[in-house]
Formats: sequence, C-alpha cells, structure tokens
Amino acid sequence: MAFFTYETKKDTRSGFGAGMEQLSLTNPNVVALCADLIGSLKLEAFIKNAPERFFQTGIAEANMIGISAGLAITGKIPFATTFANFGTGRVYDQIRQSVAYSGTNVKICCSHAGLTLGEDGATHQILEDIGLMKMLPGMVVINPCDYNQTKAATIAIAEYEGPVYLRFGRPVVPVFTPENQKFEIGKAIKLIEGNDVSIFATGHLVWESIQAAEILKEKGIAAEVINIHTIKPLDTEAIIESVSKTKCLVSAEEHQLNGGLGDSIAQLLIQTKAYPMEYVGVNDSFGESGKPAELMEKYGLSANNIVEKALKAISRK
Amino acid sequence: MQTQELEKIASQVRRDILRMVHACQSGHPGGSLGCTDLLVGLFFNSMNLKTDSNKNVVFDITGNGEDVFYLSNGHISPLLYSVLSRKGYFPTAELASFRKINSRLQGHPTPHEHLEGIRIASGSLGQGLSVAIGTAQAKKLNNDASLVYCLMGDGEQNEGQVWEAAMYAPHHKVDNLIAIIDENGQQIDGPTEKVMSNRNLEAKYKSFGWAVLHMDGNNMAQVMAILKQAKELTGKGSPIMILMKTEMGSGVDFMMGSHKWHGVAPNDQQLEEALAQLNETLGDY
Repeated sequence: MAFFTYETKKDTRSGFGAGMEQLSLTNPNVVALCADLIGSLKLEAFIKNAPERFFQTGIAEANMIGISAGLAITGKIPFATTFANFGTGRVYDQIRQSVAYSGTNVKICCSHAGLTLGEDGATHQILEDIGLMKMLPGMVVINPCDYNQTKAATIAIAEYEGPVYLRFGRPVVPVFTPENQKFEIGKAIKLIEGNDVSIFATGHLVWESIQAAEILKEKGIAAEVINIHTIKPLDTEAIIESVSKTKCLVSAEEHQLNGGLGDSIAQLLIQTKAYPMEYVGVNDSFGESGKPAELMEKYGLSANNIVEKALKAISRK
Repeated sequence: MQTQELEKIASQVRRDILRMVHACQSGHPGGSLGCTDLLVGLFFNSMNLKTDSNKNVVFDITGNGEDVFYLSNGHISPLLYSVLSRKGYFPTAELASFRKINSRLQGHPTPHEHLEGIRIASGSLGQGLSVAIGTAQAKKLNNDASLVYCLMGDGEQNEGQVWEAAMYAPHHKVDNLIAIIDENGQQIDGPTEKVMSNRNLEAKYKSFGWAVLHMDGNNMAQVMAILKQAKELTGKGSPIMILMKTEMGSGVDFMMGSHKWHGVAPNDQQLEEALAQLNETLGDY
C-alpha cells in the first residue's frame, strides 16, 4: 500500500494564489505587488477582492523591493511577487539593504523556482535562490511541497513579523498534504517513519522522496521521510533526532548543492555528529530547456536517484 | 521659524559634521556640508513631526500621521545624525560615537541599531526613492495627509533603480512625495558631467511626469520658499522633484568647489581652520 495517495495535481503557485485570496479577505494590512506577472503568480483573486491593495510595478523588480520596504515601514505587510530568478538574484542588493538589514516586514514570494519551469531554460531556472536568501541574516526561507502547504505557508507568513522568502513553482504536482493545515514556520514534518535512512526533502522533491521510500520499502528498507519546508530557521531538533536513529541520511532539493538545504544539514551535523550523507540536487550546473519531468530525470532530481543515494548512504554506515 | 534662526542651527550642524568626521578620520564631509541648509530647513521648519505634550519630538518608526524623510544618499550620514540629534531624537553626546565600534551611528544610516529617526538603511545607492514611494502609497491607503520627502545625490542618478522609481511615481499619481536631488555636480571620480553626465535632469523628470522646481540649496531663504512651493504642489496628481544646486563643502571656504572633500576627513589644523568659519551657536556636543 502506498504511503500517500492523492486525488488531484495542482501547481504550488496556485496554492499561493489561494492563500493570497484568503488574505485579501482576512487581513487588511496585506498588500501585494507584482512585476508584470499577475497571471503567473495567480493574483487575480486578490486583485479582484482588494484592488486598492495591489500595486503593479511593471518589469522593475528593484523598484518593487524598495516600494515594499517603504510600505512595510508604515505597518503594511507587502507581498512582493515575481519569478524566483527576478525576485532574488536580480535584486539581491535591494533585498540585502532595504529588507534584510533594515528588518522590514517584506514577504518575497516567488514562483517558477528551479528546473521545473521547463521550456524557458536556464535564464529563468534559478537554482541558487535558497542559498542567496538563507545567507542574509534574519531571512526566513520557506519552500513548501504542494498546493495545500503553499496556501497554508502563505497565510502563515502574513502573521510572522520579519522578512521572508517563500519559494514555489510552476508545474502541477500531487496534492497530498491536508487541506487547511496549520503551517508552522521552522517546524519539520515527519511524513514517513523509518529506521534505516533519513530522507530530508524540500519543495517538489518531497513527493519524489515519498516515491523513493515506497521503492525502498519493496527492497525491505524503511526510510524516514521528513519534509523540511522551512530551510531557515532549520528544525535542528527534528534532524538530529531522526539521524540519531537512522545513522545515515539523504538530502533532496530542486536547487544547487552549493548553498542548498543539504549544505545547511551538513553544517548542522558536522558540529554534532557526522553520519554518512548523500545529496540529491543540481551539481554545479545550469539547467536547460525541456519538459519538467525530463529535466528532473536528467539532473537526477528523481525518486530513482533518491533511492540510489539512500542505498549508498546505508552502505557507508 | 525665521531664516536667521535656521541659519544659526545650520552653522552648528556644520560644526558637528566637521567634528564627527574629524574624530573618526573618516566619512563624507563635502556632501554633508552642501545639504545642511536643506535638512535644517526641512526638520526645523517644513516638516510636520510627531511631538509629545512638551513639544519634544517622538520617534515612531511607522511615520504614520507625520511627514517622513528618507536619505537615499546615505553617505552624508553625519549631516542626518547631527540634524536628528539637534532636533531632539537622541542625545547630541552620541554624535561622538560616529563610525566607532559599538555605535548606533554607523557609517551609513540604518535602523538595525535602533537609532531614533532612522527607518531604512541607505548607502548602496539608488534605493531611497523606491522606499519613499512605498511609504507615500501607504499614506494614501491610510488616508494620512502627511508627506514623504526623499533626498538623492546627482551622482546617484547613474543608478538604474532611480529611473524605475521615476517612471513609477507619476504613473501611480504619487503626489504626496517631494524628492530632492542634490546637484553639487561632483561624484567620486570627478565632475558629474565628466564621469556620467545627467544632461538635463529637468527635461528628464518632466518627461517622466514629475512637477519640477529649482532651488539654491545654500540660500536658507530660498530653501524655505521652494519647500513651501513644493508643498503647495502636492495633491495635484504628480510627484514633485526639486533640483537643488549646492556647493560641496558649503560653509568652509577651502572645501568648496572641488570633489576632493567628498570622502576625506580634515586633519587637526584643517578642522581648526574650518571651525573658525562657523559660529558655535548651540554649543558643541
């Protein structure tokens, strides 16, 4: 029997849109900004409900971040939205000075992160954004795994005071986490209990990790799968507790290995107790055009590769 | 406040700037001295600021219900610090800590150390106008009739983000915003005309949809008059830009007319010569 089943597939960006729709009705301090990508960010419902609280910035992301900071100072809760490449790398200095260092309560919410935006290719497939954002002091970094979780995260970050980077994506993926769940920033979620290997995954790789656990189960291996939706602050307790039991681990993310979730986990464990660890992620390379599934396969962001890495980690115990 | 009163304050602020920069042997005296009359005019005359029952200023980081000033060219921090402390936001004695270890008076302004009067970090250029627009739009959402001011440098106009903001503000009718460009004609590598010409800022901003005014930024009577005129232009559908001519190093004869004093501190003898040209009107810190 499968660990998790699903009825529908939806894109995580639509989860963001649904969260924004709810916030348009429930939190009058929330304002939204977008750099000419309303449709891609699924902001139509927010704009329909609260047109006076939406600001179209045009294709000018640096200005959007600055305006967000200025809005936040007065007590507004700005959600600055665009593609992940343009909302992080392109405007790093603006985020660094006007948001992170200034401590302004800005939520940078970005779609089309990672390889899975597909055909547009490497110019748009940012695989460095988690690293860029997590390096900024005080920045919270969240990468939810499905529609329901992205919606819950969107609602939760409005309640949190401080800068946040919320990362989500374009393709439809299985919706397997509970509807109307409560999202706790920084609290990892154990999805599958197991004793042989810990798999720590974030974003789209959570579902792949569940699939991997099923394959491993057929091989008689009990993998523990933990959803690290918040990369910063990292749930160090949950990680240490799991690895203390399984004695080896795999990290899985749609991101560069340099600077990603795996790096954060390794940095934590090397200061406590080192265990055999394997990484699933993009290894110092740009992406390319292709269908999302083809890209995930080619770059090793698949259940099969997670299985392979899990077996390797186990063999190194 | 009378022009003469403001000029007295400006003289003390210029002394503060020189002494701060001298004490840590670093910082930017040239632009600070050039913009002194503007900031004194703004904080001591034009701006409506929150006060307590004793008429002492009270710092509220949200700036709701009061005028807000953003310094985009953050390197002229000694000026801002002096004006804020002379206005009463924090003790003038703290000016002595400028640029020193464990200070709230960082090289460039920041709210990170919770210094009263500072709402945003600046230093990396080109970002302040966007921030000012955001606060101005929030004021509109809040039906808050107060204004937002933003000072930029003329060298800063090289930054692309400035023009993103310049395009945005008229499009969104941000008419509760008064921006000022310090046209001292100098930047680090030399005269602005030579390094990267702004050509005609008036034509540029007008074509973007701004109402444009001119000001002699080192003439207190004119500073007051133009700021008054700018206020009268608010609420009419366009943001307002004041092109302010200043002399870098204004108030100290040997610092004027050159970009040499952009980021250089005076030595002991130079400080003495400079202070001799400026009356101590409010008592040195």
